[in-house]
Amino acid sequence: MATSEYTALRPQPAAGPSAAEIFVGELPRRRAGWIDWVTTTDHKKIGILYLFTTAFFFLLGGVEALLMRIQLGAPDNTFLDPVTYNQLFTLHGTTMIFMVVVPIAAGFANYLVPLMIGARDMAFPRLNMLSWWLLVFGGVTLYTSIFFSPPDAGWTSYAPLSNATFLPGHGIDAWILSLHLVGLSSILGAINFIVTIHNMRAPGMSLSRMPLFVWTILVYAYMIILAISSLAATLAMLLVDRNFHGTFFDPTQGGSPLLWQHLFWFMGHPEVYIMALPAFGMVSEIVPVFSRKPIFGYRAIVIATAGIAFLGMLVWAHHMFSTPLTTPVLGFFMLSSLAIAVPTGIKIFNWLATLWRGNIELRVPLLFVCGFIAQFVIGGATGVMLALFPVDWQLTDTYFVVAHMHYVLFGGALFAIFGGLYYWFPKMSGRMLSEGLGKLSFWIMVIGFNLTFLPQHSAGMSGMARRVYEYGDTGSLHAYNLASTIGSFILAMGILVTIANVFWSLRRGRRASPDPWQGNTLEWFTTSPPPAHNFDVIPTVRSLEPMKDIRRRVLEQEQPAVEAEPVAEPVG
Amino acid sequence: MGPILRGHTRRLALTLLVAALALAAGAVLAATAGADAISPDAGPTKNAIDIDTLYKIAFYLALVVIGLVWGVLFYSLFRFRARRGRRAPQITGNAALELGWTIGASLIVIVLAGITYIMLPGTKNPQSSGAPALAEARSQNATLDQPPPPAGTKPLEITVSGQQYIWRYQYPNGAVSFQQMIVPVDTTVVLSIKANDVAHSWWIPKLGGKFDTLPGYTNKTWFKATDTGTFDGRCAEFCGSGHAVMTAKVTVVGQQQYQSWVQTQKQQIQQAQKLALQMRKQFQ
Repeated sequence: MATSEYTALRPQPAAGPSAAEIFVGELPRRRAGWIDWVTTTDHKKIGILYLFTTAFFFLLGGVEALLMRIQLGAPDNTFLDPVTYNQLFTLHGTTMIFMVVVPIAAGFANYLVPLMIGARDMAFPRLNMLSWWLLVFGGVTLYTSIFFSPPDAGWTSYAPLSNATFLPGHGIDAWILSLHLVGLSSILGAINFIVTIHNMRAPGMSLSRMPLFVWTILVYAYMIILAISSLAATLAMLLVDRNFHGTFFDPTQGGSPLLWQHLFWFMGHPEVYIMALPAFGMVSEIVPVFSRKPIFGYRAIVIATAGIAFLGMLVWAHHMFSTPLTTPVLGFFMLSSLAIAVPTGIKIFNWLATLWRGNIELRVPLLFVCGFIAQFVIGGATGVMLALFPVDWQLTDTYFVVAHMHYVLFGGALFAIFGGLYYWFPKMSGRMLSEGLGKLSFWIMVIGFNLTFLPQHSAGMSGMARRVYEYGDTGSLHAYNLASTIGSFILAMGILVTIANVFWSLRRGRRASPDPWQGNTLEWFTTSPPPAHNFDVIPTVRSLEPMKDIRRRVLEQEQPAVEAEPVAEPVG
Repeated sequence: MGPILRGHTRRLALTLLVAALALAAGAVLAATAGADAISPDAGPTKNAIDIDTLYKIAFYLALVVIGLVWGVLFYSLFRFRARRGRRAPQITGNAALELGWTIGASLIVIVLAGITYIMLPGTKNPQSSGAPALAEARSQNATLDQPPPPAGTKPLEITVSGQQYIWRYQYPNGAVSFQQMIVPVDTTVVLSIKANDVAHSWWIPKLGGKFDTLPGYTNKTWFKATDTGTFDGRCAEFCGSGHAVMTAKVTVVGQQQYQSWVQTQKQQIQQAQKLALQMRKQFQ
């Protein structure tokens, strides 16, 4: 069971007639490369499909962002016309939220959850494939609309603007159907994760020994089921309003536009935590490995994760502080929003305490995670400021909010996800990503990110509203926006360095051993990349860090026979 | 102990130092470039000034928290870098410490909530109008949640209507204006904000926060400018292709000027109506 002996346990391709007998009828027929990929039910391949799909959408959303930044680089610019600009920010928001940050977590989780809990696949492999296909079709539905009339009501599609009276083009309908498909993809994926995690853990892996990334995916999945099914109903109501004479949100027929905001944000705010929690989970895996120290306060982090999810369902109206609501309502949502800062703060303190007195190896995954902590705390702090509703009256719907949410979702979640990419890439591909290019990418991204989004706080406080295609040359608005535009291109270069790194390393990267980082969790027990069935032998889990136990046992076994049998370097 | 700063550690230290200096320089530059860089705009009205004060309290508290997190993070990265032969203590938690920072974090947000509630009445409730009673002003209870101004004083109530892509102001005496609102100085102005088509948001940054207008709802806010001047603002809720050009402007003028402006407006409207009546007769 030693990792070093592990290659010997793998099924050999041409091991003689007896081996062939065992596998005939059990393994599906091998098909041509691409057919095999698009029909696979292997959670690892589906995970990789998810990652490439979301990376593609990430590039689309990124190009949309750069086009908007060019337009805003100078006051009264005419690079884009107003309608195109509105379409771009609608597509950017929808793409990044529903087709990047949420499914990218599903991609990592698909790959990692079965490996981390010592399972051979997800509970419903075919449902898993359906989830990926629904995501693809959702994306296609949204993006084919660019040949007709793309949606242009913002990613929130506030009624009554999103009603057919005001936006009769079918862009909004494409948007609705696209989110139905992507939402269904997320819900089916969530059911799959829940069933897998509850039923398929390795012997000995009680809930209190479950890796923190798996914990966050479990909570993420429950939140998806609550929030996204609500979104599906909300979208159906808008579809009825637009096409079948419905009046849910039509004030001229007794409907309520405020209802749309309540229903939308009832999904919209949990969505933020749906995006953030898996990133938190990655941080909780990466920090202890590179600190060479157990995670500090495991139980507290689990409770905080559940606490964030619970409170996250109760804060939605803080997006609506400037709508006609009474003070007790404003007060409730201020208090619940402030309360959520406590479990979030606990997590940050726990990560810091894990680093404290560690034996820190500042490799690229940890570098990105440290970037996450440093930037996320800014997003968290501005979040607390926005929770104070009188302050929110000034700052809501301005670039301050744009800056805040990018500090949370980009400087936060996506930096952690980049850390996760550098951390798990060796497991997925069998090759290491280049450290040098990784560090280069990190520093360019840090500079670009902060140059883009830090000045946006000031722009918002100087009167710059969101979703405007132009602004007058007053005060320092031009300076702030020019800095943002320059920063966004630097940020894009930093991302391109990582993409180049991925493609270069896939061919030329140093080969990865099964356990290149001395990890704590079971995915490092199998080869890199793992065989189709993941594990030949599923180990019994005796602690939170099963790989530490396994390495210790291997060391104990090898000690007496150290001269006789030198440890062979495993081949991935 | 051994030397704390070795080759790569020193390089990192330098990089971080440069980064920190650049950030600090940027912050100072931004702060001096315009006073508006680190806090919201606030003009000569109590509600805007109150919001600015509350923002600053939260901002400085946030700086302390960010400083603490950054401090511990960067210190750990320097101080606890991997060294050969060193083994990290296998600590898995500390109940007292964890309870401590949970209580600490809770206290911070409780204090912030407390300060918000203490300051809230001053921000939300209209002040008494300082001006002598205006001839046409009606003292009316601002509905929903906003209490009426103190008894005996007469605010100026203006109905603000948002429509794609212009703001319309209805004054109590029949006067109407578009985009630019004219109000007298030192007078409590109570706004009833409505929308005719889609959602908009009324926002004059220097005169206080923004208030959304939703068709079918009436929202309320107020301000009392203690100084004359022109204050720019805009629609802050995305309302369609012309959202960016849906600007607004509030011009605060002297009492006399306001009265004469209102008279002119009224005369012009009467003349226009007379003309319209004549034309209607003509066509009948």
